[in-house]
Amino acid sequence: MTSRSDIPVLLRGVSKRFGSTTAVNALDLEVGRAQVLALLGPNGAGKTTTVEMCEGFLRPDAGTIEILGLDPTTDNAALRERIGVMLQGGGGYPAARAAEMLNLVAAYSANPLDPAWLMDTLGLTEAGRTTYRRLSGGQQQRLALACAVVGRPELVFLDEPTAGMDAHARIVVWELIDGLRRDGVTVVLTTHQLTEAEQLADQLVIIDHGVAVARGTPAELMNQGSENQLRFTAPPQLDLTLLVSALPEDYKATERAPGEYLVEGQIDPQVLATVTAWCARLDVLATDMRVDRRSLEDVFLDLTGRELRP
Amino acid sequence: MTNRFAPGTFSPDPRPATVPRMLAAQFGLELKLLLRNGEQLLLTMFIPITLLIGLVLLPIGSSFGTNRVATFVPAIMALAVISTAFTGQAIAVAFDRRYGALKRLGATALPVWGIITGKSLAVVTVVFLQSILLGAIGFALGWRPSAAGLLLGAVIIALGTAVFAALGLLLGGTLKAELVLAIANLLWFVFAGLGALTLGAGMVPPGAEWAARLTPSGALTEALSHAMTLSVDWFGIAVLVAWGAFGSIAALRWFRFT
Repeated sequence: MTSRSDIPVLLRGVSKRFGSTTAVNALDLEVGRAQVLALLGPNGAGKTTTVEMCEGFLRPDAGTIEILGLDPTTDNAALRERIGVMLQGGGGYPAARAAEMLNLVAAYSANPLDPAWLMDTLGLTEAGRTTYRRLSGGQQQRLALACAVVGRPELVFLDEPTAGMDAHARIVVWELIDGLRRDGVTVVLTTHQLTEAEQLADQLVIIDHGVAVARGTPAELMNQGSENQLRFTAPPQLDLTLLVSALPEDYKATERAPGEYLVEGQIDPQVLATVTAWCARLDVLATDMRVDRRSLEDVFLDLTGRELRP
Repeated sequence: MTNRFAPGTFSPDPRPATVPRMLAAQFGLELKLLLRNGEQLLLTMFIPITLLIGLVLLPIGSSFGTNRVATFVPAIMALAVISTAFTGQAIAVAFDRRYGALKRLGATALPVWGIITGKSLAVVTVVFLQSILLGAIGFALGWRPSAAGLLLGAVIIALGTAVFAALGLLLGGTLKAELVLAIANLLWFVFAGLGALTLGAGMVPPGAEWAARLTPSGALTEALSHAMTLSVDWFGIAVLVAWGAFGSIAALRWFRFT
């Protein structure tokens, strides 16, 4: 197998079954260097299974995985030296203090980040002497993130990096992930938070029932199909026949609710001009005129018929 | 997005530390955790020391011979080995698994054998401290073993530590934490009883004594008692090796990180 070192994360036709459940089904992924890939999907979609196969914790039943040109299962030791991993739910010696745990992981690296600085940055200094067992969920999460990046990895896997964090901590973590990308680190993260995916990801893959149902940049996904609807508000019960005849064939114009109008069809500047001209002829002012941008939530609902929130 | 982190803060440089440095850090924390844990200290230090002093000084008759301290020092040392390598180790490993510590370390540059080595070195260190402490107390109570006996004893203690550590990893690495807590403590009493059966010259039916010598704790107690008086209990050593092989193979087969 040729290794493509310019593609740090490469999955081809990867499947994983647990008993009769197919957790991941024929998944392809590709992440370029210094890119952030977000795997977006509800709980049980197969995000963690995918990430754990990339980390070498699970062996795929079918397909190939190349991480930094290495097979995560057979070249596991070599891979682990180069990646940083934030496991879902963290992990640590229950009786070790937070600072001890981070110092331990830092000691595995020849040139780690300064653990004390990292603790301070993530607001963990005060919890430094608290045992892992007694840390709050959010503190355990932040410590797990610190453990993932302290060794200056070239690729990090972050499983639900901001789950259980308050808004302030979340912003710090977003900046940190943004900083990782800026400094050349490749990031694979899972999330079921739309804003997080939208904020951070260069590439977004929406997973449902182990299948990639959509992929692209956040903007691409949100614009998909959205140019087909123009909405505006105007006085109720306007005569639409003139408008429909002025529009190209196959276009539809309807009054969805009193005063709420919808034009369906390829919306381009010409169509927009036609609509405003029609308003001018009727001497009415159209307000709230907008070409719909769908939210990721809409995209997800359209694709899967499921709510994203667990 | 504005960013509080200066450019270059996270520039990749993922070189692992040297293996000795990783192991030193691993061993250091494991040892600290063992010595800081009150319940562990109760089990590994306080109970064995109290038992030794009590059994030597309390008026319990002359069934154990005129030199009671020579009988009880090896027996209590064997029990101390079981406390640390088996019961304490099993419980610690079970809760490490519960809190995801082993999986966490399994995702770092530390080799998997490094996790086991760190734990083993910590256990060996505690067993060493126990043996010195119990030996010193025994000496104060009149125990006078020969140097060769001590050397032979150290070999048996090392063997016993390895055997019980394997059994401890097997128990702690396969069952749920609460179950391990209960079973490991229960087995400590069982092992203590079985070890005691081998001491009971004349008071214990021969069948029971032989059955006890087939268990790991009976074999260790007997072999260690022999060693301190400069004889080699080949039977006990063979039993220990068999239990050690069973424990290691089963642990390798069934040990789970989570």
